[in-house]
Order: sequence, then structure tokens, then C-alpha cells
Amino acid sequence: MPLIDLANPTRFLALTQRLLPGLAVATALAFAAGLYLAWFVAPDDYQQGATVKIMFVHVPAAWLGMGIWALMSLSALGTLVWRHPLADVAAKTAAPIGAALTFVCLVTGALWGRPMWGTYWVWDARLTSVLVLFLMYLGVLALWRTVEDPARAGRAAAILTLVGAVNLPIIKFSVDWWNTLHQPASVLRLDGPALHSSIMTPLLVMALAFALLFVTLHVSAMRNEIMRRRVRTLRLMQAGAA
Amino acid sequence: MRLRLTASGLAVVRGFREVFSELSFELAGGELLALTGPNGAGKSSLLRLIAGLVRPSAGALALEGGDPELSIPEQAHYLAHQDAFKPALTVEENLRFWVRFAGADEAALGEALAAVGLGSLADLPAAFLSAGQRRRLSVARLRAVARPLWLLDEPTSALDAAAQDRLAAIMADHLAAGGLIIAATHGPLGLAGTRELRLGQASPETA
Amino acid sequence: MGPLGALLLRDMRLSLRVGGGALMGVLFFLIVVTMIPFALGPDLALLQRIGPAILWLGALLASLLALDRLFAADHEDGSLDLILMGRTPLELAVLAKALAHWITTGLPLVVATPVLGLFLNLDLTAVGAVALTLAVGTPALTLIGLIGAALAVVLRRGGLLLPVLVLPLTIPVLIFGVSASNAAIVGPVPFGTPFLVLCALTLMSLVVGPLAAAAALRQGLD
Repeated sequence: MPLIDLANPTRFLALTQRLLPGLAVATALAFAAGLYLAWFVAPDDYQQGATVKIMFVHVPAAWLGMGIWALMSLSALGTLVWRHPLADVAAKTAAPIGAALTFVCLVTGALWGRPMWGTYWVWDARLTSVLVLFLMYLGVLALWRTVEDPARAGRAAAILTLVGAVNLPIIKFSVDWWNTLHQPASVLRLDGPALHSSIMTPLLVMALAFALLFVTLHVSAMRNEIMRRRVRTLRLMQAGAA
Repeated sequence: MRLRLTASGLAVVRGFREVFSELSFELAGGELLALTGPNGAGKSSLLRLIAGLVRPSAGALALEGGDPELSIPEQAHYLAHQDAFKPALTVEENLRFWVRFAGADEAALGEALAAVGLGSLADLPAAFLSAGQRRRLSVARLRAVARPLWLLDEPTSALDAAAQDRLAAIMADHLAAGGLIIAATHGPLGLAGTRELRLGQASPETA
Repeated sequence: MGPLGALLLRDMRLSLRVGGGALMGVLFFLIVVTMIPFALGPDLALLQRIGPAILWLGALLASLLALDRLFAADHEDGSLDLILMGRTPLELAVLAKALAHWITTGLPLVVATPVLGLFLNLDLTAVGAVALTLAVGTPALTLIGLIGAALAVVLRRGGLLLPVLVLPLTIPVLIFGVSASNAAIVGPVPFGTPFLVLCALTLMSLVVGPLAAAAALRQGLD
């Protein structure tokens, strides 16, 4: 009985075993630099005080939350079009991390909102869009957990991910439109051109640190998932041989 | 041109278990291939593979002499335990739907129902049919829509002796017209010139 | 009659003949709308103000709840196998099924809207606006739900999973449906703007829904 398509995952395991320690160290260094810049270099906001520093966690988490869905969409194409065995694993293991980062974005947004708006939650366009993204992550996670057979679940999740990728920009546009209809413009404006480099540099370093953290976690999770599937295959073979 | 179905090196994997591998056979127009073997040997999987409902993990299938514009499943009939009839529709409505869906001529409908002895039940909802009568309705679909390749999964199950004879006659007609039949079966089909493909020989690595 | 017409006719016949497939959706719609005043209190001014939203939410839930059997029944009795084998492109067959489903469950909701509008103290303009937006928007709900119905077959699991997967995707339809209704009643934006976006969403789901549902059904083969 041939072990199906283990050639590629095997090479992946060997390669990542050598890469992982380096990735972990790079992540730690980037966080050290980013946190130093955020705490000691970036100035307090003249209105918001030190509260503004939540942004250095909030914004990278939001970027990654969206970026990870894009990564999952690419993996979904890999699953559906090329049927690559690693694509499936990549999509499955990215989803919980994406959900967690989106959740971090929501929580930090709420903590920021409390002093700014006097309430933890407002139906602000950005926050609402991120909430919908979070719900869609949970949908994908629910789907993965519902089905025992990883191949079947993988293809279903891939289709849902791609449909989500088509829909997310539409949802974002709709929520923005809905928001302008019901509320004045948001307090939380980061897209203005006026961001000073003393804020921009720490923000970018923090974004790099978060991205490295994601890569490290994702690679380890993929390794775990590959091994989990091997155990599953061995058990099925054991049952088949008995 | 005579029809010829060629299978080479087919393999099916379901949930990491290899159902069969390295399966090759050839079948020419007018021939019947009987698939035999124990339960779980992959008879149904092979039929579903040819019907395009299961993806092979290896191997290739080719049908020569058919319509080059159409895929193999589009030229095939698939008769299985799940007979695709709705209990709420009448016998005739059920059959008429599949004839229309296949784009075939509805004129053959009455003749097909009569050929399986269901002519008098045409207006009855399918819910009232017995298992054997439903199976006969499936056979009527083979008759009502012309397809060169028939894939039959246990076609004789639930049929009594008279109905089995009728089925054998309908199959013989199809073969005489140059059609192909692949049937998974436990018992004899009562047709001369049947070739047999036995699945599920003890494979060496399971020992 | 062609294959698609045959499929359309069969599905409509089935949902009319088998225990109230069509009526069940309307009944659910009626009950949801009846429940809301019990939660909010019988304040007619309030009900009038949020009436379009209530009707839209009721229709959204009603049209999604009826969906999970759309492909599951055909999968269980083997019909789906034969449809997959057929010479008709699967995307079109799926679309025919969606149309049959909309005619038997979506359209009755649109027809029932004026009656329910009376309960919510909506005037003629408001009822007309809600009915018109529902007529344009419920096809989008069915077409988006199609994806969930196909996934339910692949996953062999229906129930709550389907709305969990599908509801977030319907947010734009809900937003523009309700906005267009409100625009017709109180403004401030002209009715045309959100209504045209709603039409665009329906046209988009006309493409995305059948494509994704057919892909899901094909992927779920083995």
C-alpha cells in the first residue's frame, strides 16, 4: 500500500525543521525592536495620550487578519486546481491563526474605543467589517471541525474560502455605505497621509514582527497537521490490515 | 465503427484505503462484462468511476467509436440501488422527467413502461411501488433513453424470476444492437457470452 | 421541453406536492413577523419605523431555512448522480433548481408582504417598496444559499451549519434591501441608488452562486 503523496510533505518537514529556529529568533528580535520603538520612540498622541499605542498591535493584527484570508484563498486554489496535498494543510492551519489575530484586532479596537467613544463597541464601519471577517473565519473553522475526512472538508472549505474572498470586498463596501448612511465619519482615522515617520516606523516594524510570528506559528502548525494526518493514515492502514 | 471501452491501470482510493489498483480490461460492442467478487471488493466503485462519479487516483478510460463530443458518463446509463425516483411523482411523471432530462424522445415512454410490465401502473405514485416494481421502473429508463454503455449495479436484485427473464431479454436486445454492458452481480445473469472480471483477489501486502 | 424545463417543472411539482414546501416558508415568515411585536411591544409608530427591517429579516431567515434540503434530497435518492452524469451543464441544472426553489418559496414571501405590512402599520408606499426590494433581493438570497446547500451535501451535514456559513455572505443584500425600502419611505438618499446596487448584487450572485454550488457538488463526488 503506497503512502499517498508523502514525497512533498516529507521534503517540507525536512526543510522547515532547519528553518524554524531561525524564524523563531527573527520573530523575537523583531518584537523586541518593535516594542522598543513603540514604547520609547513613538510619541504620545496630543489628544489620546498613551492609548494610541494600542494601534501598534491593533493595526498589524487587522492587516494580517485580512492577509491570512488572502493566503487561504491562494491555498484554496491550490487545493481545487492543482490538488496539492500541502495546500489543504496550509489553508486548514492558517484559519485558526487568522481568527485569533482578527479577534485580537476586535479586542484592541474595543479597548481603544472605550476611552475614545466612551463605549466598548460602536458600529463603526471598520470594526463591523472586521467582525464580519471574524464570523467568516469561525464559519470556516466550524466547517473543518464538522467533517472527519480531511480531503472532503478541505475541498468544501476551499470553496467557502474563495466565495468569501469574492464577497469580502463587497461586504466591506456595503458596510461602509451603510455606515455613512447611519453615522458620522469615524474617529479612528489612520488612512490620512499625515502619519509621521516616528509613528510609521514602529508600526511597520510591529507589522513585520506580527508577520514573522504568523509564519512561525503557521509553519509549526502545518508540521503538526502533516504528522496528525500521517498518524491517521497509519491507523486507517492498521484497521485495514487487521 | 464498433464501440470499444478500454480501461488501463485504474486505481481508486477512498479515505486513504486503496479499493483496487492496476485494473485493466477491454470491452467491445455486443459484450457484457460481469463484475464479481466479495462485498467491498470495489464493484460499485468501479461502476461509479466509469460513470464519472468517483475520481480515479490513477489510470485512464477511453471509449472508441462513441460520440466524440460527449464524455463517457454522458453516453452511459447508471442503474444503482438509489434509483432516483421521487415517491411523490407518478410512475409516468418520474420516467418522463428522466427522458426529458436526457433530451430523448418521449414517444418511447409508453413502450418502455409496457416492456417492463408497468403499463397499467403509470398513473400510480411511485411511493406505492414495491422494491421489485421500482427496479423494473429503473430498467424502463434503460429502455426509454438510448445510451450505448450500461452500468448496472446488482440489476437483478429484488426481481422475481419472470422479471429477471424480461431484464435478460432487454439486455440481450441492447447487446445485439452493439451496446456495452458492465454489471456488478452476485448471481448469474442468464446471458450467453458473458465475460467475467473478478475483483478483490487477496492482495499480497494485506497478509 | 428541454432538460432544464423538465428539471424546473419537476422541482416545482415536488415542492407543491410534498408536505407544504412552499407554504412552510410563508408560515415561518408569518410567525417570525408576529413574534416581533411581542418582543418590542405593540408600539405602532416604532413598528412602522422598523417594519421594512423586520420584513427583510423574516424573509432572509425564511428563505435560508428552506434551503438545506435543496440538494440533499436529490443526493439521497441518487438523482444527483444522474444529474451530474447528464449532458446538461451542471451550473445550468443548479440554476434551474434554484429558480424552482425561488418560485415556490421566495415568490410567496413577496406575495405575503402586503398582508404582513398591514400588521406593521406600513403605508402603501412602504409596502410597495418592501415588496419590490424583496422581489429583487430574494433571488440573491436563494442563489447565495445555493452554495450553502451544495456544501451541506458535500459535508453530509445540514442544520445549523448552513445558516452559519451563508448568513455572513448575505449581509450586503440585507443592507441594500433595507436601505432601499427605507429610502423610499423616509429618504434621505433617493430610492434608486441602493435599489440599483441591490439589482447588481442579485446579478452577481446569479453568476457566483451556480458556479460555486456546481464546483462544490463536483468536488463532493468521491
